[in-house]
Amino acid sequence: MGSTITTPGGSAPASGSGSGAAAPVKVATRDAYGKALAALGAVRPDVVVLEADLSASTKTNIFAKAFPERFHNMGVSEANMIGVASGLASTGLTVFCSSFAMFASGKTYEQIRQEIALPVANVKICATHAGLTVGEDGASHQMLEDLTIMRVLPNMTVIAPADGTETEQVIAAVAAMKGPCYVRLGRMKTPQFLPADYRFQIGKAALLRNGEAVTLIGTGVTSWYALRAADLLAADGISARVLNMSTIKPLDVEALLAAATETGGIVTVEEHQRAGGLGGAVAEAVSESRRPCRVVRLGMRDRFGESGDGEQLLEHFGLTAPAIAAAARELLARA
Amino acid sequence: MSTTATAIAPREAPPVPDFAALAGIAHDLRVDVLTMLNKSASGHPGGSLGMADVFTTLWFGGWMNTDPQRPDWADRDRFVLSNGHICPILYAILARKGYFPRSDLWTLRKLGSPLQGHPDFHFTKGVDACTGSLGNGLSVALGIAMGGRQQGKNFRVYAGSSDGESQEGQVWEMATAAAHHEVDNLCVMVDWNGIQIDGYNRDVMDVRDLRAKYEAFGWHAQTIDGQDMRAVDGALRVAATVKGQPQVILCRTVLGWPISFMLNKPHWHGVAPDDAQLAQALSELNAGKR
Repeated sequence: MGSTITTPGGSAPASGSGSGAAAPVKVATRDAYGKALAALGAVRPDVVVLEADLSASTKTNIFAKAFPERFHNMGVSEANMIGVASGLASTGLTVFCSSFAMFASGKTYEQIRQEIALPVANVKICATHAGLTVGEDGASHQMLEDLTIMRVLPNMTVIAPADGTETEQVIAAVAAMKGPCYVRLGRMKTPQFLPADYRFQIGKAALLRNGEAVTLIGTGVTSWYALRAADLLAADGISARVLNMSTIKPLDVEALLAAATETGGIVTVEEHQRAGGLGGAVAEAVSESRRPCRVVRLGMRDRFGESGDGEQLLEHFGLTAPAIAAAARELLARA
Repeated sequence: MSTTATAIAPREAPPVPDFAALAGIAHDLRVDVLTMLNKSASGHPGGSLGMADVFTTLWFGGWMNTDPQRPDWADRDRFVLSNGHICPILYAILARKGYFPRSDLWTLRKLGSPLQGHPDFHFTKGVDACTGSLGNGLSVALGIAMGGRQQGKNFRVYAGSSDGESQEGQVWEMATAAAHHEVDNLCVMVDWNGIQIDGYNRDVMDVRDLRAKYEAFGWHAQTIDGQDMRAVDGALRVAATVKGQPQVILCRTVLGWPISFMLNKPHWHGVAPDDAQLAQALSELNAGKR
């Protein structure tokens, strides 16, 4: 089981929309990243930041303003940026590079494979505007495959922080480790729901709520919706365990096997393709275990997204609390 | 907007080398290239032979400030072979420099060998970047150069490239960025033999005037006869004095030089010589040496 156990919220409102207990403030993980990166720059002179002309959006502009001599804008040339990051890292620097997830991982997959993963370069690719919640920009900008293509790369650590609090700790953690990391961040302001005493550890799932009937697993923003789904289930007398699986690789297999053994099944939820992402990783691990259980994967069903408000898109594609709770009920009914 | 550099110590050019001695080294390296490719029965002789004079001048003419006893020395000059498929010539150079025994050359491309089909520093001492996928290595070379400048180091980065590689869009992303950031500790040496794996550049994808293209991107560009080591040395001498601009040396070479049956034949881009071909090639090389 993940070593970090936190208990946010007590009895949060069933809808998560703030009618009962005070709703958490909303913070975009990209904003938390920008602040954390600038804070890191102040204490780590070896940190260099590359950007591909989106610094105002990825929030690397905060670092750029504070440390202009250690910030290099590489223009709209993501493939070159990745190679340059590798070269900078080979001289002993710790390199962060950012763009939108679509371009930071999709356009540059081959460069990341050849020049980051293979040489084990000390480069942290911090990709913002990931997933459906990029919203209005639509399908061309909604990266829904990055968890899959990054986690299959040897030597790559893959993390999708759930909120601003976790993002700050993730940035500190990836800076402290040597080697390639992919950090998946969002554009949309989302609830900063993890408590102040939350402690992120690379490779450890966080137990957000204990339960016995079923396990709900989120990554990134969907961990919040998993928690709210647990509220809905609790109202029906169903005790749901909730795991925040922020590290997709290395996967916390121990926490998964405990869930498989101790609860009646697993529901995963991600703003990402069902194939190969969080759900894919969980299904692989659980199916190879000695105690396999049913795994229901919520995510994009082999289709692209479309324009719209981020939160409405999540609801439209069945990734918010009511859909998660319904999936859990169905899993239990057919168990 | 250039990277702010702390004061970087100037570099002195090496003395003019003994070109007769360099010619002897180039001869030996070509023997090693042909022999290792024959033993591996796969690999790329054409560019390895064509660039032998250029890289001999670079590595044995005093330009590369390196130490085989300290392959990870932080202040060493770097060599990034972006057209990584011509690594047989690099491996022959590194062996002669003493990074590893010459006998390792005969294990090229075999399971368990320290010499991979394309350069990989996890396997091979003296290799500064993992390359082979065309376009990528030049970006890495740029990053290394920027990293050196960032840290006030005076090392230089030399990179090998080719006309075929110049068809990759990423090369021109790199060229734009290197000029914009005024990276002057980077020198790219392009093997411009007019041939790529599918045939002649002009038939496959005409790269046109590479010198004019690099100049348009803001680089200091020179075109030389890549089989003339005095010209190579002279171009390196000029490049090393350039301030505020990356440098490119476009090396007009002959694929397979000087093996008669390989000259300018696209077939020999990526086919290893068999035993009879090796014997003929070595006899031609030895005749030429006399």
